Amino acid sequence: MSDPSVRAVPEGVRELDIIGVRNGAFGVAGSGDTSGFGGLVEPIVMPGPTARPFGGWFDEATDELELALADAGLPATEAIEKVVVYRDEITYHVRREHLVAFVTALRDEPALRFEFCSGVSGVHYPHETGRELHAVYHFLSITHNRRVRVEVSVPDDDARIPSIVAVYPTNDWHERETWDFFGIEFEGHPALTRIMMPDDWPGHPQRKDYPLGGIPVEYKGGTIPPPDQRRSYN
Amino acid sequence: MGLEEQLPSGVLLTTVEKFAGYARKGSLWPATFGLACCAIEMMAAGGPRYDIARYGMEVFRASPRQADLMIVAGRVSQKMAPVLRQIYDQMPGPKWVIAMGVCASSGGMFNNYAIVQGVDHVVPVDIYLPGCPPRPEMLFDAILKLHDKIQDTKMGAHRRAEVAELETIALSAPTTLEMKGLMR
Repeated sequence: MSDPSVRAVPEGVRELDIIGVRNGAFGVAGSGDTSGFGGLVEPIVMPGPTARPFGGWFDEATDELELALADAGLPATEAIEKVVVYRDEITYHVRREHLVAFVTALRDEPALRFEFCSGVSGVHYPHETGRELHAVYHFLSITHNRRVRVEVSVPDDDARIPSIVAVYPTNDWHERETWDFFGIEFEGHPALTRIMMPDDWPGHPQRKDYPLGGIPVEYKGGTIPPPDQRRSYN
Repeated sequence: MGLEEQLPSGVLLTTVEKFAGYARKGSLWPATFGLACCAIEMMAAGGPRYDIARYGMEVFRASPRQADLMIVAGRVSQKMAPVLRQIYDQMPGPKWVIAMGVCASSGGMFNNYAIVQGVDHVVPVDIYLPGCPPRPEMLFDAILKLHDKIQDTKMGAHRRAEVAELETIALSAPTTLEMKGLMR
């Protein structure tokens, strides 16, 4: 097996966080996998924090944001965990206890005016101990034609994030969906119930550790087990 | 010879079974039940190019009370299954079901927790139509075969005898695993 650190950082990218290493395409190492990807060693990398200057309008917007947060009595370093600029997109990693104040500043500050939140998505990173579940928000400023991304990370055993429905009412169903699929509890949501799965469904199916399910398929003279039991995916 | 020769012109004789079957197959009214990509082909079948009106079926009823054929066009999720059953229960009898496409027939490529593995878990199916998705011509073939089935529908004592015969056949039928196919 080759050394994973050899391919850790792709060419042309300065700083990346390695959050895990994936062996094989289906969790099988060596020759157990007939797909040909059994020997694959692939580091799972995420773009690391970016230092100023960010470039473009990012510096100006971040300055305004920090001023607005300071006006609200909140030091920017306390609210913002890190800023990531990657592929000309800016992502603010925000600590969950300051999320509502943060998005209120995004919406109300005249120089920012992010009027539109296009929803919240969940992401499950089982490798990242202590911050397994991420909630990702996308904001659009119609006034300035700008977009930012806000990411909040919570541990699996304490998956609670304050709801921003009071600030962005359209996020109501999106937060219900993220609760339904990932089990992130949005505190302060008016009615946090399942929206996609049936009401009595157990578990949160979009998590990586949720079994795919399925039934064995019978043919004339043979049986094929369900997909998640043919190979190991985890 | 018989009674037929004594009849005046313009009078035909038939049986109640045949006449009821003829009337029923001539005006099937489908309930709209498009669930996925198969619904696109079903809609194409309703359009002027393929023209389902040739079979007197162009009236896709949004209300199950006025429909007697349910074309389940697409994969049925676990959450949709009770809805589908309710629509079926609301249709007046006699009624028929076509499972259109592999997903409605057997779950198809979606062998997972979210999708019902064949709509026959929920409602009785008359015609299984394979394909992913089936072309409108295939849908018409299924519909014409269903027409034949409706035309030959037995009633009364004949129906009871047919049910008993089918029951005997079904009880002695081998399971899929006991059959020998291409996988020996």
